[in-house]
Amino acid sequence: MAEVKLMKGNEVIAEAAIRCGCDGYFGYPITPQSEVMETLMLRKPWEETGMVVLQAESELASINMVYGAAATGKKVMTSSSSPGISLMQEGLTYLAGAELPCLVVDVVRGGPGLGTIQPAQSDYFQAVKGGGHGDYHLIVLAPASVQEMNDFVDLGFELAFKYRNPAMILADGVIGQMMEKVQLSDYKPRWTDEEIEKISGDWALTGKKANRQRHIATSLELDSYKQEVFNQKLQAKYREMEEKEVRCEEIACEDADYLFVAYGSCSRICQKAVQLAREKGIKVGILRPITLYPFPTKEIANLAKKVKGILTVEMSAGQMVEDVRLAVNGLIPVEHYGRFGGVIPTPDEIVEALEKQIIGA
Amino acid sequence: MTEEIIIAGFGGQGVLSMGKILAYSGIMQDQEVAWMPSYGPEMRGGTANVTVILSDERISSPILTQYDTAIVLNQQSLDKFESRVKPGGVLIYDPNGITHEPTRKDINIYKVEGTRLAAEAGNPKIFNMIILGGFLKVKPIVKLENVEKGLQKSLPARHHKMIPMNIEAIQTGMNHVEVVNQL
Repeated sequence: MAEVKLMKGNEVIAEAAIRCGCDGYFGYPITPQSEVMETLMLRKPWEETGMVVLQAESELASINMVYGAAATGKKVMTSSSSPGISLMQEGLTYLAGAELPCLVVDVVRGGPGLGTIQPAQSDYFQAVKGGGHGDYHLIVLAPASVQEMNDFVDLGFELAFKYRNPAMILADGVIGQMMEKVQLSDYKPRWTDEEIEKISGDWALTGKKANRQRHIATSLELDSYKQEVFNQKLQAKYREMEEKEVRCEEIACEDADYLFVAYGSCSRICQKAVQLAREKGIKVGILRPITLYPFPTKEIANLAKKVKGILTVEMSAGQMVEDVRLAVNGLIPVEHYGRFGGVIPTPDEIVEALEKQIIGA
Repeated sequence: MTEEIIIAGFGGQGVLSMGKILAYSGIMQDQEVAWMPSYGPEMRGGTANVTVILSDERISSPILTQYDTAIVLNQQSLDKFESRVKPGGVLIYDPNGITHEPTRKDINIYKVEGTRLAAEAGNPKIFNMIILGGFLKVKPIVKLENVEKGLQKSLPARHHKMIPMNIEAIQTGMNHVEVVNQL
């Protein structure tokens, strides 16, 4: 069994990147995720696996370095926090438009604007609804523990390459800064040129050979009809993700009368709220979306048939609640409880909100 | 067993590293652990606190409003966290700089003169280990041998020669716990 370590979520992202055979990291420091690049710089993976680690001059530069390197079929990534991710939106929509795989880690902090450096989940819309222009989606994974920060790096790359689409790990300051026990993944070697040819040879810019057409990485198509056909292809890809890639966890749902829907650190806080509520005789469970896009719509719709009411708990003014309401489609009441601007809800507050907004309503 | 602890004091007192050593000690005895620092535009002399949870089960929330134990190392932290100790819980404090003593009667309160003892030993750096010793005397949730293993794990090899001094400081703390209020 691999060694158990005590590490911060951000440090684990760096370690997991090295171990999963990542070829390059391009980033620009911002709290609360600066430990990602700090750890990479300390670890010097270029001496060990050949992985490139580069501090770019800005987030715009980092995401465009990711675009360029991703076009060659390499496993590349960046990480940032909310204001930096906003700067990256142009690059992200171009990556989605050019169907290029990459991994982006967003350790969310409170906004809008420069906002605060404390944890938040107020970038849910930006992450799952597109963020940049055009009809596209990122694959969005929401870790709720330091262990999942490790596991989702590999999973993020796997899904990104499977669908030729950018994947995002949407964490927050709590998961990034907290230390927990973690079992790090085993080392996987970086892909060789031959392996890249085998995995991504039909699209990657690996140098034109005599026996094939040239590959072009672009998101530009001036013929509207062709662009429509391309959009239909993208949409078919998203439907396939919605069919095959939904991941979620049900906690204490078997006998539940009520349900919390919460992701990331809020799902952890809700677990404590479940204990407190059950001590009072209130049977409540949790549906924790692990993939935020694709969203566990069917799973929530099914649970809505069994429970009397749903409270979404988010560190936002109410974003995911819209997707929960769409899933529930008016069958039962769905209310939102949130703290925001960097304030973290407490388990007691959540129980009180459940009693007031759902049970007592 | 689940123990939910807040350690709070000034930046530079070793609050975060005390929490880290406690968390490592928990890992050495196969427990689940969580270490959640307050982070922000903080600096030496500002306030710092860390929540540490050790449990035999999967840990739920790293964000808490009430604690089994509060270890407070300055007046601001005492003011903030005395009311947040669960009834029947434990409050440990260093009286240095404390002008308003804790007043609750429904919790166990202990005093450890970490600042004075560290000064007498001529080594202010062992302050946090003296306090940790006081806590472990009151609540022996981790074995001393696991603290030693935890120190070996958390400190870089070049600092391993300091481990005996740290263990000694923990023992000093264990021998200097004064009861202020006991249920």
